Amino acid sequence: MRFELTPRTHVSPVMRALAPVAAFITAFLIAGFVIWLMGRSPVAAFDVYVLQPLSDPWALQELLVKATPLALIAIGLSYCFRANLWNIGAEGQYVIGAVLGGWLALKTHGTEAGAWVLPLMLLLGVIGGALYGLIPAFLKTRFGVNEILTSLMLVYVAQLILDYLVRGPWRDPKGFNFPQSVTFDPSATLHPILEGGRVHYGAVFAAIAVLVTAVVLGRTLFGYRLKLTGDAPRAARFAGFSSKATTMAVFAISGGLAGLAGISEVSGQIGQLQPSISPGYGFTAITVAFLGRLNPVGILLAALVVALTFIGGESAQILLKLPLDLTQAFQGILLMCVLAADAMVSYRIRFATRGGGK
Amino acid sequence: MKADVPPSGAPLVELKGISKRYGDLLANDGIDLSIEPGEIHALLGENGAGKSTLVKILYGVIEPSAGEIRWEGRPVSIGSPVEARALGLGMVFQHFSLFDELSVAENIAVALSDEWNLSTVRSKLGEISSTYGLALNADRAVWTLSAGERQRIEIVRCLLQNPRLLILDEPTSVLTPQESEHLFTTLDRLSAEGCSILYISHKLEEVRRLCRRATILRAGRVVATIDPRAKSAREIAALMVGNEVGEVRTDAPHHPEGEILRVANLSMPPAGLHGQALRDINLVARAGEVVGIAGVAGNGQSELFAALSGERPADRADAVVIAGKASGIMGIDARRRLGAAFVPEERLGHAAAPSHRLSENTLISHAAAEVSRSGFILVNAAKRLARSIVQSFDVRTPEGDPQARKLSGGNLQKFVIGREIIRKPKLIIVDQPTWGVDAGAARLIRQALVDLARAGSAVVVVSQDLDELFEVADRMAVIHHGSLSPLRPIGEWTREAVGLEMLGVAQAHGGAHAV
Ligand SMILES: Nc1ncnc2c1ncn2[C@@H]1O[C@H](COP(=O)(O)OP(=O)(O)OP(=O)(O)O)[C@@H](O)[C@H]1O
Ligand SMILES: [Mg+2]
Repeated sequence: MRFELTPRTHVSPVMRALAPVAAFITAFLIAGFVIWLMGRSPVAAFDVYVLQPLSDPWALQELLVKATPLALIAIGLSYCFRANLWNIGAEGQYVIGAVLGGWLALKTHGTEAGAWVLPLMLLLGVIGGALYGLIPAFLKTRFGVNEILTSLMLVYVAQLILDYLVRGPWRDPKGFNFPQSVTFDPSATLHPILEGGRVHYGAVFAAIAVLVTAVVLGRTLFGYRLKLTGDAPRAARFAGFSSKATTMAVFAISGGLAGLAGISEVSGQIGQLQPSISPGYGFTAITVAFLGRLNPVGILLAALVVALTFIGGESAQILLKLPLDLTQAFQGILLMCVLAADAMVSYRIRFATRGGGK
Repeated sequence: MKADVPPSGAPLVELKGISKRYGDLLANDGIDLSIEPGEIHALLGENGAGKSTLVKILYGVIEPSAGEIRWEGRPVSIGSPVEARALGLGMVFQHFSLFDELSVAENIAVALSDEWNLSTVRSKLGEISSTYGLALNADRAVWTLSAGERQRIEIVRCLLQNPRLLILDEPTSVLTPQESEHLFTTLDRLSAEGCSILYISHKLEEVRRLCRRATILRAGRVVATIDPRAKSAREIAALMVGNEVGEVRTDAPHHPEGEILRVANLSMPPAGLHGQALRDINLVARAGEVVGIAGVAGNGQSELFAALSGERPADRADAVVIAGKASGIMGIDARRRLGAAFVPEERLGHAAAPSHRLSENTLISHAAAEVSRSGFILVNAAKRLARSIVQSFDVRTPEGDPQARKLSGGNLQKFVIGREIIRKPKLIIVDQPTWGVDAGAARLIRQALVDLARAGSAVVVVSQDLDELFEVADRMAVIHHGSLSPLRPIGEWTREAVGLEMLGVAQAHGGAHAV
């Protein structure tokens, strides 16, 4: 016995639309089962994970805060993934964006520097992320090195660079030897949209990225170029689209958006550089991109949903003493379920008995 | 002899009332068909008649909307190709199903059951290719191969499984006459050994040579089951189309003026380990004429096409001159802007993106022109363009703006050719223009190419089909091992001379055929 996937001749649009819903329900059932195995009540967990955050205004703000970097990074990744290029290193590009932007904040710390600091920091964040993203793109186009490996490994390099900086040269001299930089000046801080609120202008950047990307992917030749490169690389060459230029462009875009997410998070939320500036946004954004089917609006929704699991995970840790790792496990289960549901919409699974040869 | 013996018992396979509906379109409409053991049965019909659909149903690739399949009298449900192979079916698809990056042997091994591995495939491959005269190099990567060579892989892959029913969906459309002749011998032998064959082809002469029974489809229905030897090719064609197919008019006066394409001492190293190098190619195409390039697949046609189109630029600008501009190092896009147009051999995946709609597929070669403005796609213009290609070239589509893969093979071919001709290019280079199209459509395509030339463009047709070249070309050359023979007016070529050039023996007999 073995099982095989055969493409469905007719893909029902209703099933396609319902697939994510089915995936969610399945993921919740599996997660509930795991929680039950751990001796907790799945019902209470569902309440803590989903219902409470959605009924609490503070938590709703927090939802937007967490969704912002996820959406920004995932939107960037969708450029790569559409062209069948695998940037797995957004986490590293995020960190380098934060480092380069943060550098300016530290340089101008305690000076009279004015309003130009923040925009320049953001720009440096984009540039840092883009340049860091271009490394695997260059290695791929020049030497044919697999971009999955290089982009992933560069994440650890970036994290170690940040670690070194905040423990060494950039450490706050008055910080009791804690591995962290000084707190950024107000001129280097990304402000909340509403006075006293938690949601900062990063959310606006994410919204703009969603809109611009919807236009670029749907209406421009550049968007078509990515789609063609992903769907039929030979036809893309025939169309005259250089695959090298495409590779460089999408890595620069996704790196730049990840870098923007990094610097926004550091200057808007954390307010200083420290060894850990991300709960794994760069990796989770891969889930978000696929959950949103590489569609800008879909990614926005997916970012909100996945942000919910972060918040729920934190409260579950406090209220139910469930380990925080469970959040990552749940995100993994969710991604698996979504991919499986998508596959089942387009393919039939059949169990076939072995062919006649034996 | 085999078919003359009255069948003992049930036919090998029997299709009863098979229907397949795609939306409003009935691609198959209550088809009955039976195949006896050892029979070579032809399935005929014009482009889009539903032939591929029917055999894909039989092979378990697509599910019928209605109908029954009986195997040796027993009703069976064939849910997937794995089950089909288990029953003893083998199929060569119209469009290749090979992995470009893998080698020939690897491609064969992955498709076979687990008891095969690379070394058994390698040893068996040598045996089969020499017995049946289908030469293949086990270690070449598939992307370096021509369509004809790819076709051989597909056929050998099937033969290795010792099928009881072999389905061939247009196997000879990219084979040379010699290769086809080998294949026919093979098929005759298989049939004598008791293997049944279901054979789809647009080449009626070969059907008459091979088959004793033919089922003719028109618009999804069986219109006749005949003995093809009892009818002329013309009569059969009339049954398929419902009327008679005329001949290409080439007699319009033409006065080739001005050079549009000049290739001067073009040499290129092979693209990969086993690619074909191009050696010192010289070629001129003038406005108003059709230049034919004959040759056996794999002798450098794909490489020449890539060098002329700019998919793989040369290292010298003056190696290729298009409309007076040295463009040897330009990319394909820049050459299009000079007024050149290109149609590669493989329509699905190279000329067109299978999962994209026809309107999106217009962007592939028209991006620079009317379907975009300052980087934005003009969606309505693209739709209009697709519609006018569909109308002018009689492309039969199942819906308004379908994905390219939903078109039947011949209809997609008409679309990709039409997409280029409609631009009224100054120069068009076409590789295998009528691969897999029916007689009527082939005439339409050839006529369009000739008309384009007569209207003042230069047309270069690369083809394995000598009849086609003799029909449309004004001047012709033969490519062999990456070298091109001198171009001569078509009247100075004889089939024998072409045949010798194709085999590379002309030099030896030199003067005999020289002008
Ligand atoms: N997936 C699909 N969706 C919708 N229509 C389809 C699909 N596949 C095929 N068709 C339509 O069904 C009809 C029959 O197609 P089929 O491929 O069987 O033709 P064919 O006889 O093999 O033609 P050809 O000689 O050109 O290969 C065509 O009109 C085609 O457009
Ligand atoms: Mg077909």
